[in-house]
Amino acid sequence: MEKFVCNICGYVYDPEKGDPDNGIAPGTAFADLPESWVCPDCGATTDEFEKAE
Amino acid sequence: MNKVFKAEKISANVWWVGASDWNVRNFHGYLTSRGSTYNAYLIIDEKVTLVDTVKAPFADEMLARIRSVIDPEKIDYIISNHAEPDHSGALPAAVAAIKPEKIFTSVAGAKTLTAYCGDLGYTAVKTGDAVDLGQGKCTFVDTKMLHWPDSMVCYYDRDKVLFSQDAFGMHLAGSYLWADMYDWSVLEQEVRKYFANILNLYSDKVIALLDSLPGLGLDIEVIAPDHGPMWRQELEKIIALYRDCAQQNPRPKALVAYATMWNATKCCAEAFADGVRSKGVEVELADLNVCDRSDIMTKASLSGIIALGAPTMNNQVFPLMADVLNYLKGLRIKNKLGFAFGSCGWSGEGAKQIAAAFEEMKIQQPCPMKQVKYMPTEADLEEFFNTGAALAQELLEKLK
Repeated sequence: MEKFVCNICGYVYDPEKGDPDNGIAPGTAFADLPESWVCPDCGATTDEFEKAE
Repeated sequence: MNKVFKAEKISANVWWVGASDWNVRNFHGYLTSRGSTYNAYLIIDEKVTLVDTVKAPFADEMLARIRSVIDPEKIDYIISNHAEPDHSGALPAAVAAIKPEKIFTSVAGAKTLTAYCGDLGYTAVKTGDAVDLGQGKCTFVDTKMLHWPDSMVCYYDRDKVLFSQDAFGMHLAGSYLWADMYDWSVLEQEVRKYFANILNLYSDKVIALLDSLPGLGLDIEVIAPDHGPMWRQELEKIIALYRDCAQQNPRPKALVAYATMWNATKCCAEAFADGVRSKGVEVELADLNVCDRSDIMTKASLSGIIALGAPTMNNQVFPLMADVLNYLKGLRIKNKLGFAFGSCGWSGEGAKQIAAAFEEMKIQQPCPMKQVKYMPTEADLEEFFNTGAALAQELLEKLK
């Protein structure tokens, strides 16, 4: 699964790890993140993310 | 009116051309008790370069300082390390006077500066990019989210100066340009306050950046921040202080911050504080009616225990406490023991909302929230004393 990087702060969403602190189980693809999910570092919404190179 | 201000030399080829804001006391809600400075720097090289500008009302002061060294039109480049208006407010005036060949900023900086100043023609740079100034060069390092997306720093190799933007800065206006000319306790206090109120939520990124510093291979002799004095001696001391702030290690101290309407919550706070003190742990009582939120945050950052107390008003936690909870939550304080308390007449949302906020902030509450009706009884106050002592004991165990 592909990693996505936050354009605002550089946080990398790694689907293998998910974001358990915010209720996202490991193995959740970026596309399957709920609409309410925001970057845990800077609070940016998912439209600020792009595929990691 | 023509203003007369002189530039001050900070190294062989670099001049300070900033402005002192002696009497600013409210910096977007941050109590700046000692005023502040907006630092801009002029590099005299084959390509003359201005690093950052000042807050808009100080544009004339900056331009007057520049004129004391060189005709502004002889400046070739402007570097904007940070797009926030205290450093970019005077950019349009500077561009009009200078007509620069290029304005360098980060990728995010180009967007942010366009929003604030319009499109003045920006050249976006990334980590590792460098601009040749003739005898020396300026190398850029992205410092995203320290503390804005656009933040970057740059290093001028000829004079070994790191222009560190808001990093290693503080709100302090004074007679001297150099940090070593001030009392260390004043510097430490203001650096800790700046860190707590501006950078605390990005502590992990600060540690990562400090860890990466040696790898950048920069031979730094001067750190020139955008606020307050510059550093030229014992640079490791300010770097160590930053690391200490970012680690947020708990200390043997308790902050008891409260709001009060008819002194009931105040009585509870005082009893709790006495209990803490009985275990030999330092305690500080702060009444939100007279204590600024930015000072509360600073005190909280230095404490291992944070006890917050408030009355209930209109079925809500008292407004001053709501403000502080919101602020502490945003700044992501951690490694604290929390205690929620208060006095209420009937519904009692006050202490409950404080306890809920602690939970949201993942702050441990070893002792359950305590709320009294109207006025605390003697037995209540005894209990507050004992709770203070118990939490202090718990903190001492934790610090062992």
